[in-house]
Amino acid sequence: MPNLGIEVLFEGSNFQRLLGGLLVTIEISFLSIIIGTLLGIVMGLLRTFDSKALRLVLRLYLEAFRIIPILVWLYVAHFSFSPLLQIDISGEATAILVFSLWGAAEIGDIVRGALESMPKHQVESGQALGLSSGQLYRYILIPQAVRRMLPGSINLATRMVKTTSLVVLIGVIEVVKIGQQIIELGVIKAPNSSFWVYGFIFILYFLVCYPLSKLSKRFEHKWGN
Amino acid sequence: MNLDWDFMIESLPLYGDAMWLTVRLAFISILFSLMIGLLFSLVLFYKVKGISGAIRAYVELSRNTPLLVQLFFLYYGLPKVGLQMSEFTCAIVGMTFLGGSYMTEAFRSGIEAVGQSQLESGLSIGLSKIQLARYVILPQALAISIPSLGANAIFLLKETSIVGAIALMDLMNVAKDLIGMHYKTAESLLLLVLAYLLLVLPLSLLLSWVERKVRHAEFGN
Repeated sequence: MPNLGIEVLFEGSNFQRLLGGLLVTIEISFLSIIIGTLLGIVMGLLRTFDSKALRLVLRLYLEAFRIIPILVWLYVAHFSFSPLLQIDISGEATAILVFSLWGAAEIGDIVRGALESMPKHQVESGQALGLSSGQLYRYILIPQAVRRMLPGSINLATRMVKTTSLVVLIGVIEVVKIGQQIIELGVIKAPNSSFWVYGFIFILYFLVCYPLSKLSKRFEHKWGN
Repeated sequence: MNLDWDFMIESLPLYGDAMWLTVRLAFISILFSLMIGLLFSLVLFYKVKGISGAIRAYVELSRNTPLLVQLFFLYYGLPKVGLQMSEFTCAIVGMTFLGGSYMTEAFRSGIEAVGQSQLESGLSIGLSKIQLARYVILPQALAISIPSLGANAIFLLKETSIVGAIALMDLMNVAKDLIGMHYKTAESLLLLVLAYLLLVLPLSLLLSWVERKVRHAEFGN
């Protein structure tokens, strides 16, 4: 059994540093979800338009993110943006860009699904009652759309938080990287530290993601058929 | 953009080896995940005392943590408590740990979707619990689960892109090495994207075809 190892987590500022690293992860996911949602709403609306060409392009955009692993997109962005644009883009900015574009594609699909699954008679019944179009959106369409979108969107958020762990591979200093630094520094004094540090990071991710997926499940139960 | 075609052709064998590694890794771990998923979902269905709770805990733990952290824990953490595995074994164990829970969920929702009346009819003609699973529930549940099982298979195939982090020479590592050694960034990345397209696209097309077939079998449209 591992002896004398767990204290590495509480030595010096290690604990705070790891939490700070987690915060970088959360910050990247949070920003990406916000930007992705805004772009995704536009994209979802565009995908309900009649134009065949527009639909095809947006569909290809979505499939590109579904078929090619996100890590590949991170590599592509990491290795090509800075030289291509002749400016220095940080790993963090690259990550936010890639995750936002991915989020936009997925949220776009969720929005499209919600819009298309809305029964036509809901609008017609509203109009028959004499609701103005503002009221129609306010009382009928938006509440139903949100119900249909929320479980999927929260699920996406969980996936994003998990996937942001990959940004360490393009050199962003987040929780995994800080863990590695702590392990390397203490390699002589605490040779078992990798067990505890990675175990702790494992639990940290769980503590962030579990409430999110519970929330998503609850909404699904509450509003599902 | 001027691409160095000779360089690309010369690197093809490297990408080929890495793709073969990915295929083996994905195949083995998808197979193990399916076995775990089937077994665990049946345990959940029969509500086996004690084990069911452990399985639910495993599912939540595995679904709510990233594969990268799981792999790092297995590869760097576990040797410290005396459990050493080769990179390849480690990748299989990690991918199966992750995939098993996704497959369990897929099978479970398939089993839950089988109508209550089906269960009651089976019980009323005197089938045992085992017979009920064998002849009534599983055949129907499998058909219902196929789309999500397929989606999980694609998910796992894509997740193999992470194993480079524990020093396996996968596609990501090959591309990174080539960029580092020869500065042929565009060429290496293009081959990387093409390799994944070649791997995932056929499976994805197959899945949407199967999904249409299943829907046809279920609803006849």
